Amino acid sequence: MTTMPAPGDRQGLVADSVGDALPDDPAPILAFEGTSKAFFGIDALRDVTFSVARGHILGLIGENGAGKSTLMNILGGVVQADSGRVLLDGLEHQPRDPGEATAVGIAFIHQELNLFTNLTVAENLFIGGFPRIGRRIPLIDRRGMSRSARAALKSVNLDVSPDTLVESLTPGERQLVEIAKALHLNSRLIIFDEPTTSLTVREAERLFDIIERLRSEGRSMVYISHILADVRRLCDELVVLRDGKVVATGPKEEFPVRTMIAAMVGRDIELLHPPRTSLPTTEPALEVRDLSQPGVVKGISFVLHRGEVLGLFGLMGSGRSELARILFGLDPYDTGEIVLDGERYESGDPRRSIERGLSFVTENRREEGLLLDVTITENLGLVALPRFGHTLLRFVDQDRLRQGAAEIAQSLRIRGGSLGKAPVKSLSGGNQQKVVVGKWLMAKPKVFILDEPTRGVDVGAKVEIYSIINDLAAQGAATLVISSELEELLGTCDRIIVMAQGQIQREFTRGEFQEDAILHAAFREEAVPT
Amino acid sequence: MTSRAGVPPSPESPAAPAHQPRVTTRGVLRHLFLSEYFVLYLSLAYFILLAPFLAGFATLPNITGNILGNMWPLLPVVIGQTVVLIVKGIDLSQGAIIGFTSVIGAALMTSKLREVQFEKSVLWDWLLTPGGGPLANSILASPVAIGAMLLVGGLIGAINGLSISRLRMPAFMVTLVTGTFLASIAIWMTRSYNIGALPDDFIAVGKDTFIVIPFAMVVALVTALLVHILLSRTVDGRWLYATGTNEVAARVSGVPTRRAVLLAFTISGVCAAVSSVLLTARLEAGFPTLGSGTFMLEVIAATVIGGTSLFGGSGKVIWAIFGVLFFSMLSNSLSLMGLSPFVFDAVRGTILLVVIVLEVLRTRFQMTTTKAATL
Repeated sequence: MTTMPAPGDRQGLVADSVGDALPDDPAPILAFEGTSKAFFGIDALRDVTFSVARGHILGLIGENGAGKSTLMNILGGVVQADSGRVLLDGLEHQPRDPGEATAVGIAFIHQELNLFTNLTVAENLFIGGFPRIGRRIPLIDRRGMSRSARAALKSVNLDVSPDTLVESLTPGERQLVEIAKALHLNSRLIIFDEPTTSLTVREAERLFDIIERLRSEGRSMVYISHILADVRRLCDELVVLRDGKVVATGPKEEFPVRTMIAAMVGRDIELLHPPRTSLPTTEPALEVRDLSQPGVVKGISFVLHRGEVLGLFGLMGSGRSELARILFGLDPYDTGEIVLDGERYESGDPRRSIERGLSFVTENRREEGLLLDVTITENLGLVALPRFGHTLLRFVDQDRLRQGAAEIAQSLRIRGGSLGKAPVKSLSGGNQQKVVVGKWLMAKPKVFILDEPTRGVDVGAKVEIYSIINDLAAQGAATLVISSELEELLGTCDRIIVMAQGQIQREFTRGEFQEDAILHAAFREEAVPT
Repeated sequence: MTSRAGVPPSPESPAAPAHQPRVTTRGVLRHLFLSEYFVLYLSLAYFILLAPFLAGFATLPNITGNILGNMWPLLPVVIGQTVVLIVKGIDLSQGAIIGFTSVIGAALMTSKLREVQFEKSVLWDWLLTPGGGPLANSILASPVAIGAMLLVGGLIGAINGLSISRLRMPAFMVTLVTGTFLASIAIWMTRSYNIGALPDDFIAVGKDTFIVIPFAMVVALVTALLVHILLSRTVDGRWLYATGTNEVAARVSGVPTRRAVLLAFTISGVCAAVSSVLLTARLEAGFPTLGSGTFMLEVIAATVIGGTSLFGGSGKVIWAIFGVLFFSMLSNSLSLMGLSPFVFDAVRGTILLVVIVLEVLRTRFQMTTTKAATL
């Protein structure tokens, strides 16, 4: 076992290898050689071997739980491999902690951002080591810091002052700050892990421009995403992981999206979106009349019918999620009315909404959806819990609860651990999302609102969630699906309403679905290009 | 093949794989350390270790009379604290509730007061007279007074709970203020004198036994059982844990989180009053300063030693029992060593700190093992 050279020894190397290297340099920047890792006897990675060519973008795809995170955690020093080698620039790379990985020039841009939101942009860029006024004077050189921060921000085309607090930036801008930080640290390898999850379409475009520019400057990158079209657009080569093994590699030309999906799931998925098997009725389940809340939504009116799947499309900030929160009673509204089953209804309290048959899958499963440290059964039972109470003291009928949870888990095919023992956080993202959907299904909803039901979920689980929606509609539930992936709404909905700036812009029924018309409506108010 | 020293590793397995199930001393220790009964094992180890060296420690009268005897009054209040910690709160007013309700109960029951002590009290003449309190010599004195103590404790807890859940004030601030306020009111009302001459049947609750079983033990264990059932078997119990684990997610899922917080603090207030009954009966007088000084530190230390998290979402009655057992045994052993009162708290504090550090390490270790398993 060779030991890692001290970070200082490599500083020169970092500077040499970045920028000067030609894209065609034959020596790979990063190579995994037979990397294996098991957790408690269960293989997370088996003999993974592939390399990242210098100056290229490698796309790493696979379903949740395929081993992508473990691989990146080995690279980043969060966990150590059981066997195999990792070569960075031809030298063995065995970081014992994340700090070591950063020191040798690997930068991670995550979906959950790692910035200190209470500090300024400049302070975040320099958090690893602040410039000092003099060599021995322990005071920060604020002016010098501002100057270099400005330069770093310019390199990612981010036009904000270095003294801005990070908390006042949009998710997209924060991402750019992270990239600026990576560039500022002169990282030789940048890993993007689902970077577009919280970005608007426009912000994502901006990110892609920068990624492409970085490539033209000779930086090497790994891009991990569930959005296969993005992967195809950005990457030079692809590596597909399934069950901890590399199942396919090659230049992107060999991987049309369909082939990617087939490699990821291990079978051909004929239809990503199961065909709608039932027709919506004309009975209204939920009517919204002229609903307004200043600064949030304005004059919203629509009818959701029994058995219907209604899509709500809009860009981030269009008011779509805010509308859903108002409908469910989490947020207040000023004027207008909501009519449920022909009765006017004013909730203001999720509990009453649930009793009236409303369900709401929130967009943010970690913060608002799950009790992460608690078992699958407890999570599944949470919404419907009062129904399992008996006698005056409401003793929980454990057997009935366990049985109910087991049935739902089976019908949703929730996999990844003992229902009564495994904490939900031990499940893959797709299965976690199924738990969120499942806990609402246990309450037998009449009106089901789903906000970004497939965010961060792999293809296989997506298909399962679509078929759940389809089944619900067939059973007569009224479903409102919010998504920023238009393709998803086109595939699953009977009707789509488009929101922008808190207002409904247009409505499309299934026959008139046209991608560009819908996008046009969504962009309406902010159609001025930057 | 255990890890006995001196046995060379067999040649065919120079380095055994890490996750091969084998019974090793290390494995057993690891298991004990990670077990939720860790503090119980620690208590047993402490007992066995000290027994041969400390005269009078491992004797039956010491165990039942002192170690266990000191446990019972402390147990209800620690259980109350456990419930509050489960909803991610903290109750610093429990000590003052004990002192306050002790005074209230004693003032109602007492049958004799010295004018010289109480004539300047605001309660004098209309509530307190030389002949005692309003219930003096009544046959119902004890039950009514105990009921009043529990009611007052519950009301104070409810006020704490409402301030925290409705007004969104931080729990530690609210309860610190409530506690300081009540403690000073208790002293002010009594001019800092103790109220004695309590009915015999009341004193019996703290001191007498039914054949061999002390009444105090029955009271403490019944409290423990009731709270245990609430936490582990009822819808409201689940709601308490859900609220402490992730309040936002719980609220979205229809959990009445405000009500859960209110319930937790009310229970804490009632539990403190139960402890107050046991302590007042045992001391045969209402003490306005009961539960002052380092008392709250002791309660929270005993709760945390048992394994209840300060960060919400976890805690069990059985853990509270273990925590109190360890705490009681520690105090008892140090007393038997004849430490001076000045050194006593320093030594006890140091040992508590070590145990709490172990407990924190344990929780972190548990977290990293589950985390690693989920990657």
